[in-house]
Amino acid sequence: MIELEGLTKRYGEKLAVNNLTFAVRPGIVTGFLGPNGAGKSTTMRMILGLDRPTAGDVRIDGKHYDRLRDPLTYIGALLEAKAWHPGRSAYNHLLCLAQSNGIPRRRVDEVLETVGLSAVARKKTKGFSMGMGQRLGIAAALLGDPRILMFDEPVNGLDPEGIHWIRTLMKSLAAQGRTVFVSSHLMSEMALTADHLVVIGQGRLLADTSMADFIARNSRSYVRVRSPEREKLLDVLHRAGVTVVEAGGGVLEAGGGEAERIGELAAENRIVLHELSPQQASLEEAFMRLTAESVEYHAHAEAPPAPQRQWGEGWKKGS
Amino acid sequence: MAAAQVIRSEWTKIRSVASTVWTLSLAVVVTIALGMLISALSRNEFDKLSARDRADFDPTFISFAGMSLGQLAMIVFGVLVVSNEYSTGMIRSSLAAVPQRGTFLFSKIAVAAGLALVVGMATSFATFFLGQAMLGGHRAHIGDEGVLRAVIGGGLYMTLIAMFSMGVAAMLRSPMLSLGILMPFFFLISNILGNVDATKKVGQFLPDQAGSKIMQVVTPFDDDTPYGPWGGLGIMALWVLAALAGGYALLKKRDA
Repeated sequence: MIELEGLTKRYGEKLAVNNLTFAVRPGIVTGFLGPNGAGKSTTMRMILGLDRPTAGDVRIDGKHYDRLRDPLTYIGALLEAKAWHPGRSAYNHLLCLAQSNGIPRRRVDEVLETVGLSAVARKKTKGFSMGMGQRLGIAAALLGDPRILMFDEPVNGLDPEGIHWIRTLMKSLAAQGRTVFVSSHLMSEMALTADHLVVIGQGRLLADTSMADFIARNSRSYVRVRSPEREKLLDVLHRAGVTVVEAGGGVLEAGGGEAERIGELAAENRIVLHELSPQQASLEEAFMRLTAESVEYHAHAEAPPAPQRQWGEGWKKGS
Repeated sequence: MAAAQVIRSEWTKIRSVASTVWTLSLAVVVTIALGMLISALSRNEFDKLSARDRADFDPTFISFAGMSLGQLAMIVFGVLVVSNEYSTGMIRSSLAAVPQRGTFLFSKIAVAAGLALVVGMATSFATFFLGQAMLGGHRAHIGDEGVLRAVIGGGLYMTLIAMFSMGVAAMLRSPMLSLGILMPFFFLISNILGNVDATKKVGQFLPDQAGSKIMQVVTPFDDDTPYGPWGGLGIMALWVLAALAGGYALLKKRDA
């Protein structure tokens, strides 16, 4: 269990992380989603006690990170940037980490085996590919057999086989009852692995919801309509009580079930249609829309947000 | 967090990178070789010296002549041990494993200083005996008054110079910046400040100027240094403490 409370990090004028409050629970994969620069890595570094919060608090199983005895046995983390000496072998890198936390030496061999680096364990990490580096970082995270695992953009630089491997690994770790917290800037990646979603944009919390809920609310269908007689069509639809919104570029959007009625109304009134196509909003779009709203909100800086309710409401209006 | 665990971990770190071996070997080889060379040259020059210079002739100190250059390798060792953590990104793994930053820094410094002490002591004794062999008839003996103190002091001096570098590197983090300041300072600037009359009063309190007093057995005729051998080493130790305290204070409050 990781608990953040009002966690804030300010670099000079810029608020990198702004009053984050949420909890990461055991037994599921929690996705930590946000565009690049949203503050994900900064948040993770604060969880590990590497960066000091400007305000707020973060606790691991109820304790501050530096109060954990042998922290690697509580929480293991893969950070985004390389965190090892290139002149040291993978084995010695893991060994020095293990020794500092009283972890037995044989555990080093075990995790090297798990991530598939046994064959190159005695080689300097200088020659490692990005994928191998990623595996070494994961080995370090698994070293203390921790109950909590945190991965910052783990699929970066991995080949398709590696990506499949890490997805399976994260799911199996969660299935063992562990807390798995994984960041990504790709909704599509999260949709495949995460059970729960925490979305941030510009350092502030935008959503804290189950994946199923997020999909149900956001993968709404709608109908795209284009017509050279747009004004006339709008009149007709309005009179018939069909709600449409202008989506820009001359495109109109209506709710998912309206395709047939719009077609019939257009035919009755002899209006030419250039397009009448049912669409499925992708999760990626939903995510983009969510984070775009955060940018807008940030610019106007109005009342404090009610994130859980705020997101997706634009969608309901539009459909 | 048991400090013993962290010390073991730091020992694994220090023995598993190549820079430890090459910096320390360089320190040993340069100190001994240059010491022997200058000792051999001094023997040949002895007959040409004036009576006063013969009275000041300090065979022990001459055999330590290589330390002026050998200490630079010790500085590189001290700087790299600490700044490698930052330049490679290892610091994030290290502090995630050992979030008590004081325990982390001082375990690292204890291990590195212990290693520097062993190597420095061995180098000091070796350079003394080999240097004396080169000096032939003008040699000093380990049993002579003040000689053993000077030889042990030579080992302590090398250790302290490495520790001072570790403290500076902990403050500056960047290996290039640390070396860019320490190398010219100890090779040139300190020597100039310590030997030019106008700045001597201040210069003699610099860490290397004060610390190297411990290696002198014969006090020069016109010497007016206000401290003795151990006093000088004490001044150097204060510099080391200040550098380490600065490094710790900054590590404690900075983001990793």
